Amino acid sequence: MKLTLKIWRQKNASDKGGFVTYPIDGISSDMSFLEMMDVLNEELTIKGEDPVHFDHDCREGICGSCSLYINGHPHGPKQTTTCQLHMRSFSDGDTITIEPWRAKAFPVVKDLVVNRSAFDRIIQAGGYVSVNTGGVPDANEIPIPKRVADEAFDSATCIGCGACVAACKNASAMLFTSAKISQLAMLPQGQVERMSRAEKMVAQMDEEGFGACTNTGACEAECPKGISLTNIARMNREYYSASLKSENV
Amino acid sequence: MSWVTKTLSSTIGRKLIMALTGLFLILFLTGHVSGNLLLFKGDGGEAFNIYAKFMTTNPAVKLLSYVTYISIIGHVIFSIWLTKRNKTARPVGYGVSTPPSTTFSSRNMGILGTFILIFIVVHMQTFWAQMHWGDLPVVTYEGEQYKDLFSIVSFTFQNELMVIGYVVAMVLLAFHLSHGFASAFQTLGLNHQKYSPAILLIGKIYCILVPILFASMPVYIYFTSQS
Repeated sequence: MKLTLKIWRQKNASDKGGFVTYPIDGISSDMSFLEMMDVLNEELTIKGEDPVHFDHDCREGICGSCSLYINGHPHGPKQTTTCQLHMRSFSDGDTITIEPWRAKAFPVVKDLVVNRSAFDRIIQAGGYVSVNTGGVPDANEIPIPKRVADEAFDSATCIGCGACVAACKNASAMLFTSAKISQLAMLPQGQVERMSRAEKMVAQMDEEGFGACTNTGACEAECPKGISLTNIARMNREYYSASLKSENV
Repeated sequence: MSWVTKTLSSTIGRKLIMALTGLFLILFLTGHVSGNLLLFKGDGGEAFNIYAKFMTTNPAVKLLSYVTYISIIGHVIFSIWLTKRNKTARPVGYGVSTPPSTTFSSRNMGILGTFILIFIVVHMQTFWAQMHWGDLPVVTYEGEQYKDLFSIVSFTFQNELMVIGYVVAMVLLAFHLSHGFASAFQTLGLNHQKYSPAILLIGKIYCILVPILFASMPVYIYFTSQS
């Protein structure tokens, strides 16, 4: 495949940055998107140019590291992570525009790499349990209906990649935060900090400068893990109920 | 900050205000459209004028009208705050914009709302202010005097520009409601597989039915005055 890549290049956080066009040839349709980026970077390195910086780690769709905004979609045209996107999703001769996630709370570090530690701080604010949950319990030993366990698991599949923020017209982190609040609110282990968790995580989310939700549903449509908007409704309920009932005056 | 101000100044708290004021205004619209249907009675405006007097003098209605004013102002102020925050959350935009997967209304609630606000100001100036402070002709039904608001309404909607402006505003209102109705319930946290389909359906019916009923009034008056 022969492609034209339009890639956002930015030296550092204070650099203004801009698009640079790279023609690339000899791409196999079986390559993953990141392997195509590797080919480009090898060519740039041989030419003595600075390779394009981008985040990646597991390359099997579970870590949430990769974060490219491809042709106007986070993680590209398929509802998956960039590492699981293959070049067969594109046609020979295509021009592909690659940009970093855009949000005030996700400042660009270099090229396509953004600093997503705002998500870490939201988790640090309350996305944990401080009770000892012991080893893996036997099946049916803890009184959780299958339906609830499944729902909590669905929320827990959020890999924190930030595609929801990238897709949202308001750069809102409500889908992420709500998934992290939900996965613990539904299970017995999460009850101890249930109220303070909702209050603290929402406060941290606001402090990081993310926008608010307009219920457009762009996040749900682009989420590689299919996290649903019902999580945001649950977060709202958790937050209202925590505000009314917690002892935090 | 007390827990109340802290909650209401969070993004979720401000969205809660948007949802509650929005739902109250939906209730208001329901009452408003039902009362105005009296325009169709064909009794020369008697029922409508009696209703208009009741709506401006009854103490319970008066109280409700203050809640309505506060709701409109609150809805506007909190939407400005939220929109400003949402705009600053992405200082550098994307180079590529794609056909979005979201609805037109959900992406343009602020613009639709701004036009509706302009309409409300003009609308209140034309009818509400006239009813309250205007020098209206007086009619007498069964010995009691009433301000003849019906004559103002009939006169206003003989002007095709007013009719067109009114109908356009109702189209914008329909779009605003098509997202706002269901969105308010989602913000309240009411998302449930049993009830959400019903909320979505009622929202769809409401956002079409109510603006059509409103728009039918000036259109009806315009065409009956022509004949």
